[in-house]
Amino acid sequence: MKSLIFQTASRYLLPLLLLFSVFILLRGHYLPGGGFVGGLMAAIAFILYSFAFGLKETRSIVKLNPRYLMPIGLAICILSAISPWLVGLPVMTGLWYDEPLQLIGMVGSALFFDIGVYLVVIGSTLTIMFSIIETI
Amino acid sequence: MELLLIFIIGLLHAAGIYMLLRRSMFKMIIGLILLGNGVNLLIFLLGRLVKGKPPVIDEASKVFTEIYADPVPQALILTAIVIGFGLQSFAIILIKRVYKVLETDDLDELNSTDEEI
Amino acid sequence: MASAVLLLFFWSYIKAQKFLSVILSLVGLGISIWLFSAVYDGGMLVTQSGNWSAPFGISFVADTFAVTMVLLAAIAGFAVSVFATVSMNKARLQFGFFPMLHFLIMGLQGAFLTGDIFNLYVWFEVIIISSFVLITIGGKKAQLEGAIKYVALNLLASIFFLIGIAFLYGLTGSLNMADLALKVQEIENKGLINVTASLFLVAFGIKSAVFPLYFWLPASYHTPPPAVAAIFGGLLTKVGVYAMVRTFTLIFVGDDFLSLVLSVMAALTILSGALGAMVHQHLGKIFGYLIICHIGFMMAGIGMMTELAIVGTVFYLVHDIIVKTNLFMVSGIILKINGTQNIKELGGMYKNYPLLSLLLAIPLFSLVGIPPLSGFWAKLFFIQGGLESGEYILITFIVLGSFLTLWVIAKVWVEVFWKKGVNLPKKAIGRYFHELRQREKWVLLLPIVFLSIISLYIGLGAENIISLSQRIASELMNPAAYIENVMSQNQIEL
Repeated sequence: MKSLIFQTASRYLLPLLLLFSVFILLRGHYLPGGGFVGGLMAAIAFILYSFAFGLKETRSIVKLNPRYLMPIGLAICILSAISPWLVGLPVMTGLWYDEPLQLIGMVGSALFFDIGVYLVVIGSTLTIMFSIIETI
Repeated sequence: MELLLIFIIGLLHAAGIYMLLRRSMFKMIIGLILLGNGVNLLIFLLGRLVKGKPPVIDEASKVFTEIYADPVPQALILTAIVIGFGLQSFAIILIKRVYKVLETDDLDELNSTDEEI
Repeated sequence: MASAVLLLFFWSYIKAQKFLSVILSLVGLGISIWLFSAVYDGGMLVTQSGNWSAPFGISFVADTFAVTMVLLAAIAGFAVSVFATVSMNKARLQFGFFPMLHFLIMGLQGAFLTGDIFNLYVWFEVIIISSFVLITIGGKKAQLEGAIKYVALNLLASIFFLIGIAFLYGLTGSLNMADLALKVQEIENKGLINVTASLFLVAFGIKSAVFPLYFWLPASYHTPPPAVAAIFGGLLTKVGVYAMVRTFTLIFVGDDFLSLVLSVMAALTILSGALGAMVHQHLGKIFGYLIICHIGFMMAGIGMMTELAIVGTVFYLVHDIIVKTNLFMVSGIILKINGTQNIKELGGMYKNYPLLSLLLAIPLFSLVGIPPLSGFWAKLFFIQGGLESGEYILITFIVLGSFLTLWVIAKVWVEVFWKKGVNLPKKAIGRYFHELRQREKWVLLLPIVFLSIISLYIGLGAENIISLSQRIASELMNPAAYIENVMSQNQIEL
């Protein structure tokens, strides 16, 4: 789509949406939000950009082939899910670091699980959407 | 509220089944999506509706004393939505591929697998 | 504890590489054997994920039935991943055949081990989404057509499953299977319970292809490549049977109406499967209909609902997973040698490859259940169980089904192996069997030999499997121990 307004707007919307998606990701667990929604939001940011500037431009921004995000995200998920074994608790027990960190808040294994989900969702959604856009 | 939900669920199921019975592939997928949403609402309804009561316990007590919102159906629906999202996006891509290869949208013409090869 | 099985998660995100895949399946097989022996010697293992205690969290339960199924799935998965290293073409491997295969097996293991009905749904979805990818990748026209039928029906089945879960949750307020078993007993309104049970019956019935719901199976199973068909034919329909056995022995027990419905469905499934297998000429379709026919046997066992019949069902499951996986690989070899699967065109296999034919005879004839081979013992139990509870009509159908299977297999044998061969026109199927290198030929044959040895063992060393099945059946018929194990414990172990 070659509309000037749309192109200018989406150029500024991309970082904003990405930032907001990270906010949503970190906000999860006790408040609405989390990896799935955040990931969808980030994917939407890239898809919007690709509507405005075409697929090639977008791919050059994303750099990494989104297909590789899926295994990375899955690996993070699984590692965080089985990490309680190390201290002798059943799978998927939430482990929490005692002190809240600045800016991020409480850090625990659930956060890493969510980050994993975030990456998987971005990876799979972008793979699907890019392959659809390619064939149009 | 319950009554409204019941009607919506019934409507979604009816529309979904009607769409499923059509011969077009795309309508079939739309029907499946509608049915899926109907079922999600059904889970929500069967988890008992309460208004404005979060599932939070008093600091002092150990068990719920007041009426509370059951968090389990919400978790179930969320899971079902995520799974449904994955399945539906796959099904849409599959249908697009099938349409490209076979150049038809009519399910009645997809009968070459039933013939003897 | 059951932790070891979750190690199998590691399988999934490995890049598509043949070597790694085979090694990892071997590791998985090792873990399953370890888990099996641990449960067989030490009794049921339970773990509560997330450290939430029983009715609230998701529990994983490894009783004898579950670990037996896990072991079988691992065996079949290992055989198929060896078989696939040679039989799959390159384009399919690039699209991630092996990761998907491992995802599928992971889903199966999860479904066998879970003790929570919604978690069972999630594992079912893992299974069907990876099976969707497997059935579509690299597909031509026919394969895509088969895939769309498969996808549509399976989506519908999971919707039914979800409705069933919704009703069950609305009725009892619980999702843990052990907890459900207790709570369902207390509910007054038997009509609603029956409706819910019927919903589960329809959902699992579509998955396992029983009588009125089987039409997707013969339309889709012969279209994908043989390695995929092997894992589908061996395991996917059996998950439905497994889920049926679990829910109908644990949650919805002792209802006359349901066992009547199950018995009628079983009889018609046997009949329609056998008749379908008789009329078709395509090997893949014949085996597809035979799957349906034999699902009917297992259903009959569930329908009779006596301990002896359940022994038969479990034994038949053990036998059928091994043999059906093997059978589809055999048809893959026949395709590789001749370039076609139409039995009218085939012929002369015995003359050209006598030793190979003898090898292929083992899975074919153990399917029929000629006495020393494995199918025989299970049928013995069905018939004993039927006589005990006086289900003479069902016995008639079982015997009829066995005869028709014999007839079909004999026809396949005569047409493919004994009939005089003709020179077939060359087709573009990739490389023919005789063009493969010696090493590749062995890799193709090795899994068949492996599974044949196992099925011979099931037949000849039947007393071990019988005692195993008897133990499983008595555990299934007396679910009190299961319930107690899940509900009572909060022990944390590794």
